[in-house]
Amino acid sequence: MKVRIEGREHEAVPGQTVAGVLLGAGMVSWRTTRGGGRPRGVFCGIGVCFDCLVVVNGIPDVRACQRLVRDGDDIRMQHGAELPS
Amino acid sequence: MSRAHRGAEPRDAMSRVVVVGGGPAGMAAARAAAKAGVDVVLIDAGAKLGGQYHRQDSRAGTERFGLPPGVEHLAESVVWALEPVPGGHRVHLRTGPADAPGRTGRSIDTPALVLATGAYDQVLPFPGWELPGVYTAGAAQALAKGQGVRVGERVLLAGTGPFLLPVARSLLAVGAEVAAVLEAGNPARWLARPAGLLAGAGKLGELAGHTAALARHRVPYRTRSAVVAAHGTDRVEAVTTTRLRPDWTEVPGSRRRLDVDAVCIGYGFTPQLELAVAAGCALDGGFVTVDSAQQTSVPGVLAAGELTGIGGAELAAAEGEVAGASAARRLGARPAPPVRALRAVRRGRRFAAALAAAHPVRAGWHGRLREDTLICRCEEVRYGELRDAVREREAYGGRALKLVTRAGLGLCQGRICGRVVAELTGELTGEPGQSAAFARRPIAAPIRLGELAESPSAHREPGAGPPRVAE
Ligand SMILES: Cc1cc2nc3c(=O)[nH]c(=O)nc-3n(C[C@H](O)[C@H](O)[C@H](O)COP(=O)(O)OP(=O)(O)OC[C@H]3O[C@@H](n4cnc5c(N)ncnc54)[C@H](O)[C@@H]3O)c2cc1C
Ligand code: FES
Repeated sequence: MKVRIEGREHEAVPGQTVAGVLLGAGMVSWRTTRGGGRPRGVFCGIGVCFDCLVVVNGIPDVRACQRLVRDGDDIRMQHGAELPS
Repeated sequence: MSRAHRGAEPRDAMSRVVVVGGGPAGMAAARAAAKAGVDVVLIDAGAKLGGQYHRQDSRAGTERFGLPPGVEHLAESVVWALEPVPGGHRVHLRTGPADAPGRTGRSIDTPALVLATGAYDQVLPFPGWELPGVYTAGAAQALAKGQGVRVGERVLLAGTGPFLLPVARSLLAVGAEVAAVLEAGNPARWLARPAGLLAGAGKLGELAGHTAALARHRVPYRTRSAVVAAHGTDRVEAVTTTRLRPDWTEVPGSRRRLDVDAVCIGYGFTPQLELAVAAGCALDGGFVTVDSAQQTSVPGVLAAGELTGIGGAELAAAEGEVAGASAARRLGARPAPPVRALRAVRRGRRFAAALAAAHPVRAGWHGRLREDTLICRCEEVRYGELRDAVREREAYGGRALKLVTRAGLGLCQGRICGRVVAELTGELTGEPGQSAAFARRPIAAPIRLGELAESPSAHREPGAGPPRVAE
């Protein structure tokens, strides 16, 4: 199974979360905050804090620690505030 | 069933017990109700059963837990709202990949709703806690158990309570070096409560196993110690630790710097209350009040597990078993009284009381907050802003403070900072904190705007009243 992180192809296995793939690829942050533009990644790991937001297949505000990857997923960093969807 | 909303299947109309949560409490509730002969729907956010304690590696193609026939398990499903209907509650859920648009919506009416939504880590803020590389202890545990990921190469664990020990062990198991485990309290206090100690005999054996593993790996375990700051520009590179007095103020001159690439914090747990609050269940000391049959103050709503108090997986499962039997009774079944489970609940609660008494959070940590220390991570509200808001704008009370400072109004809706804001406000105003104001959340689980528009409650029959989500 393959996913793209910022356009670059990465191996993934079924059952991995987006956070699992990103951390496995050596990243610790993939979002910047709306106010201070500060980097954030996983904090709570179980879906309650919303620090780990990421853009998956063009849809922002996806919790990376909760979303399981699918073959071909396009994963991108989330910068500041995204429009609600 | 004229009041049931359009499209509800007959099986979704008041014919089954609904359990929310697939952890030890929820699984036990579903099993007990099914054993009594009633049909059950078990709804859980995870792809696999187990909740936190029994978290499975989601990459393994196996399922460790079986549920009896008569239980329908809805995986990857979140309950985002509840509303009262005649004779029970309507449970609104969405099934599909987390936070994806277009998940399948469904509503189930039930006369017996068991809430078993568990808890999450409580973290106390300190300078630098917002840096990437600072995690909750639970995050480290969930990533190790569920994904085989270690959060760092060299990790420091800090906080209070026995939960730090299994986390340290899991970190070792995925190949991390554990620089130290810092316990802010002094667990020698356990010995002062022999009754609670005996009650938790099983749990103590488990803890002894963790302690032995730590000793084998020569992991330092320091009591009366804490992290006072995390350092780094875009990620954690080091931390400062300190020794604590019994009131958790610092011992002067005891600061030390330690190079680590991750730090994991856990000061106990906060219950996941939103559904219980939405249902209108009475709370006591921040937990859902239940009677000996696990019934809440709201008829037809039962609660089990960490929602009712923090006492570990064994107690959660015992409470779940009792709740499941009570729920089955509401559907007309006549199960035998779950005598053994009732006894286990009483024993477990004694253990929980001893646990809470042995690991209190002491106010001395307030002294480590600086003007610019973030309190609310989501809205990036700093301690100085919160303090000024309280002092100068007379923004007393959780609700008013939320509006003035935005603390608790961010994406997590105050789940992370609510208790802390209430505690700090209480100290600044001299009035007890109002943490209940922070458990009220518009939506119990995130759903997308498009999904909200097409949810059944948005086009219900006239006169059915507004959906009862926590305002
Ligand atoms: C991250 C974390 C890791 C932990 N790991 C351990 C450990 O390794 N060892 C240990 O002794 N204790 C651990 N604990 C402590 C743990 O809280 C309890 O011991 C035990 O798991 C509690 O059981 P429970 O059934 O009450 O809740 P949980 O096990 O927390 O189960 C609750 C379940 O409800 C689901 N849920 C919540 N809200 C909704 C909703 N709205 N819709 C659908 N589903 C929902 C959750 O996804 C979860 O699966 C951990 C706690 C946390 C927060
Ligand atoms: S890390 Fe907290 S929601 Fe994902």
